[in-house]
Amino acid sequence: MEKLISLSIDGVQVEVPAGTTVLEAARQAGINIPTLCYLKDINAIGACRMCVVDTGARALQAACVLPVSEGMKVRTNTPEIRKYRKALLELVLSTHDKKCLSCIRSTNCELQKLCLELGVEDGDRFAGKRNEYSVDDISPSIVRDNNKCILCRRCVAVCSQIQDVGVIGAFNRGFSTTIGSPWDLKLNDMACINCGQCIVNCPVGALYEKDETALVWSFLKDPKKHVVVQPAPAVRAALGEEFGLPMGTSVTGKMATALKRLGFDKVFDTDFAADLTIMEEANELVERVTEGGVLPMITSCSPGWIKFCETYHPDFLFNLSSCKSPHEMMGAMVKTYYARKTGIDPKDIAVVSVMPCTAKKFEADRPELSHEGLQDVDAVITTRELARMIKEAGINFNMLPDGDFDSLMGESTGAGVIFGATGGVMEAALRTAYETLTGETLEDVNFTAVRGVKGIKEASVQIGDKTVNVAVVSGTGNASKLFDMIRKGEKNYTFIEVMACPGGCVNGGGQPIVSSVVKMSCDIRVERAKALYGEDEAKPIRKSHENSEIKQLYREFLTRPGSHLAHELLHTHYTKRKLYND
Amino acid sequence: MEIYRSHVLVCGGTGCTSSGSAKVIETFENEIKAAGLDKEVKVVRTGCFGLCEAGPVVIVYPEGTFYSRVKAENVPEIVQEHLLKGRIVDHLVYAERSVKEQAGKSLEDIEFYKDQTRIALRNCGVIDPENIDEYIAFDGYKALEKALTKMTREEVIKEILDSGLRGRGGGGFPTGLKWKFAYGDGSTDVQKYVACNADEGDPGAFMDRSILEGDPHSVIEAMTIAAYAIGASEGYIYVRAEYPIAVKRLKVAISQAKEYGLLGENIFETGFNFDLRIRLGAGAFVCGEETALMTSIEGHRGEPRPRPPFPAVKGLFGKPTMLNNVETYANVPQIILKGAKWFSSIGTERSKGTKVFALGGKINNTGLVEIPMGTPLRKVIYDIGGGIPNGKAFKAVQTGGPSGGCIPAEHIDVPIEYDSLIEIGSMMGSGGMIVMDEDNCMVDIARFFLDFTVDESCGKCAPCRIGTRRMLEILNRIVEGKGEEGDIERLETLAETIKATALCGLGQTAPNPVLSTLKYFRHEYEAHIKEKRCPAHHCQALLQYFITDQCRGCTACARACPAGAITGVVRERHVIDQTKCLKCGACMEKCRFSAIIKK
Repeated sequence: MEKLISLSIDGVQVEVPAGTTVLEAARQAGINIPTLCYLKDINAIGACRMCVVDTGARALQAACVLPVSEGMKVRTNTPEIRKYRKALLELVLSTHDKKCLSCIRSTNCELQKLCLELGVEDGDRFAGKRNEYSVDDISPSIVRDNNKCILCRRCVAVCSQIQDVGVIGAFNRGFSTTIGSPWDLKLNDMACINCGQCIVNCPVGALYEKDETALVWSFLKDPKKHVVVQPAPAVRAALGEEFGLPMGTSVTGKMATALKRLGFDKVFDTDFAADLTIMEEANELVERVTEGGVLPMITSCSPGWIKFCETYHPDFLFNLSSCKSPHEMMGAMVKTYYARKTGIDPKDIAVVSVMPCTAKKFEADRPELSHEGLQDVDAVITTRELARMIKEAGINFNMLPDGDFDSLMGESTGAGVIFGATGGVMEAALRTAYETLTGETLEDVNFTAVRGVKGIKEASVQIGDKTVNVAVVSGTGNASKLFDMIRKGEKNYTFIEVMACPGGCVNGGGQPIVSSVVKMSCDIRVERAKALYGEDEAKPIRKSHENSEIKQLYREFLTRPGSHLAHELLHTHYTKRKLYND
Repeated sequence: MEIYRSHVLVCGGTGCTSSGSAKVIETFENEIKAAGLDKEVKVVRTGCFGLCEAGPVVIVYPEGTFYSRVKAENVPEIVQEHLLKGRIVDHLVYAERSVKEQAGKSLEDIEFYKDQTRIALRNCGVIDPENIDEYIAFDGYKALEKALTKMTREEVIKEILDSGLRGRGGGGFPTGLKWKFAYGDGSTDVQKYVACNADEGDPGAFMDRSILEGDPHSVIEAMTIAAYAIGASEGYIYVRAEYPIAVKRLKVAISQAKEYGLLGENIFETGFNFDLRIRLGAGAFVCGEETALMTSIEGHRGEPRPRPPFPAVKGLFGKPTMLNNVETYANVPQIILKGAKWFSSIGTERSKGTKVFALGGKINNTGLVEIPMGTPLRKVIYDIGGGIPNGKAFKAVQTGGPSGGCIPAEHIDVPIEYDSLIEIGSMMGSGGMIVMDEDNCMVDIARFFLDFTVDESCGKCAPCRIGTRRMLEILNRIVEGKGEEGDIERLETLAETIKATALCGLGQTAPNPVLSTLKYFRHEYEAHIKEKRCPAHHCQALLQYFITDQCRGCTACARACPAGAITGVVRERHVIDQTKCLKCGACMEKCRFSAIIKK
């Protein structure tokens, strides 16, 4: 039993476990202490000083880093503290570019919200010199605008501590302090893995995705273009948040309708491609296991993870599955299988992927992900960008009737849907691998040991007479930890699933941005994953190899998993990358 | 050990080194050899004597003759006359400004030293800091031997507690208490560290540098005692890279101590091990803040981190750590040797012992002084410091550097101790003492210190990063004559906010120079803002130059004026065109008749 500490906060008596911070204890007492730099589990550095409270000590203390102590009397709301907070906020505003009307984060900005809540009257009271920065927008995924940066360092914390990438940090000091990369290099010249975790954890508009909506609009406008769209599994679990729906609402049907109303010629589903990936990946796994290939085999769906592996753990490149990621497989199938069936020249087809991910933007440009001079995917937009397009088109999302994906590559199984959550690929692969290896029917398809948001999960699965050790990792920082253990010989697995973002794609860098305040009281990874597992549960077919359109695809085109044609179109290779671009 | 009849002590501190003492030492050695005296007279390069203003300083023992401003070309005369013939070279002997007759010939007679009590500086200027034998000859490492062989760990801590020693780095936290916290439950199972803060950075302060340069072993000995007391086996000295002489002497001292078995494994054959490392700071003022210092030692960007956890619980590399400043340590061996009772008999009720100050600014005897706590400020300024040069009036003194505040003339009789200084809006600080006279503009002084903190802010917390900058912008505009109604109130709001909310001591104290000058010299701020006038006639932008009827019409000013602002007929009074005047002051410098005034 944890030791309980009792203290009073603004006269409210609370009892919390030892080690709780005053900030957390106050939330439990129904008191919201304002914060800017604090981010649960990621950044607690006491830098913005918005959360200062009076404990009777000599100086005010930052509640986000102050552990509770027995008998503590905390005051969070004195006239002085309110005055200081207002002044602090106005100081931050004096360095901010305040172009709120055209800011991508307007109405979803933590700074803006605090100004409103704390009643900032004069944004110019402490006007003075402002540092001006050029916007770094050469990365295919991430734009950094330091003119809006408030130096909370959440991006730095998530990049270095959670993701173990660490390509950004604080430079210079005092008023000249800025977040950037060594030697003023652009993000794209660093070994950034494009995961976008910096974006979804930024409280303001200093970090955002490289917008491709203009390109997509131009495809849609072009009468000669046959535009095919595919949304990833995790998109349906979060898109509704952009339209005020509760977190965890699955909006698959409305999304399909919205995509059609936007004018896409074909609305396929990346879930279908996820099932296809399982066919190829399970086959590859069985081959490696039975023919003595390189083990453990590691999944390759997450482009952030792939770049991380290529850069930071190149000794594991041969462990990576050669399978392309699902949306790339879809792109390849659209420009071959679908093109042939419909007689459309693949040159006239534009494949647009809607992804929960910013790394997919980088991935789509990889030269190896192409066929006969055509990239498999022509544009990648994030969940947020899709929401913006729907809003711009004046579509009342919440009133839309549920629609269906187009047939040929629109059918999916429960296995494909759960790709969007950490452990999902593993579970889907196990469902198929089990039946392939044993020839028996798998009765209980739920592998609950690999579900949940824990950073590193392990399971031993009995397949026939074989015990297969598997691991599931999300967050590249956890991947580094696991690979260090494997190198030391402490761990031994047959199959590993890695997702770059903590919690998997549901918490991807392209997903709707949730404020740090909400993140304090709910785990968005859990809530969004519920939508996916709910869909899986409701699907009549929950094993990829039972997908009838998948069967049709192999029957009519690819012949069998791992066939020569499958290899040509659905598999890829990897390259070791340097830490800096020349 | 050889016996010499005379010792020539030449200051090798940074001050005297920069005024040429290395050359003086070399010449002494050559001349003494040439005169055949090298078996009789020994030349010793010591640490700082304190009277830097009169450097290079040479003292000849056994007479104790105090020579000042000795140049290499003076050396043959001293060798020939004093060392060979026994005749003191009168014209090179230090002459006190405050004393009319030139009576002072030896150290004891000099006003500058008479009222000082040297504990931390006891060996500075006395021994060769690069020779451990000299330190040992002056009771060095005796305290360590006593602590390790005759005292328990608890007894050592109690001695320090009872002595009343408080941190000399600025905060004044009771040192014994710090040791006690780091001692914890007394367990030696966990890795612990002792650390020494030698990242002295206040403008004009060089107390710690002088101790490290003049008596490095005292700090090493004290750290070893502290390590024994709290149960640490490793220590770090964090010293600024800008102190090359101190670093070199520390390195020499550490290797000598290791060689003698006074550092390293099994010290004094008691089974106690202690290893000491040096870490160089890269010149950030904030790294003098304890948590930033530790972050820097760990190899990260030197930024403070929130407390709690306090270093005694979770410090360096996450382990319990005890951090003291150089001067604090320098007191420790003496306390162990002579006892807490002796130490606590010096000073006042709540401030025990002595404090070293670096006297600077508008004062005759700039240099280093060590005085008993409780000494009135007046004594330091007028007796030890020799008063204000050029007969100017004393206006204020800034203590505590950029974190401190100014003490105006009305408080000149304040006793120098921790609490009385805080009471009047300043602080002890690490020991910088900058004297200002009637020509100093207090707004500009505040601006100077704030400029320093703005430059040295690490940029982590918002109030310090942005707030100090905004304060500086306001002060800049005030001294430029562009102050606006409401600026004083804005300064006060900002100062209050930063003081209350900043993350570390640097930020929390950064507004002090503004607050204390506002408290005592508010009228100067008002004059700048409302009347566009600098009462001290210091702020260029607010000055006007005038030619009085003292003018003889020599035309020198007109010829010197780069703007062609001065006109007039030869032998008649000239006139300055205020619209053209650049306020450069060139005319005033050229005028031989004091006919040009500024106001």
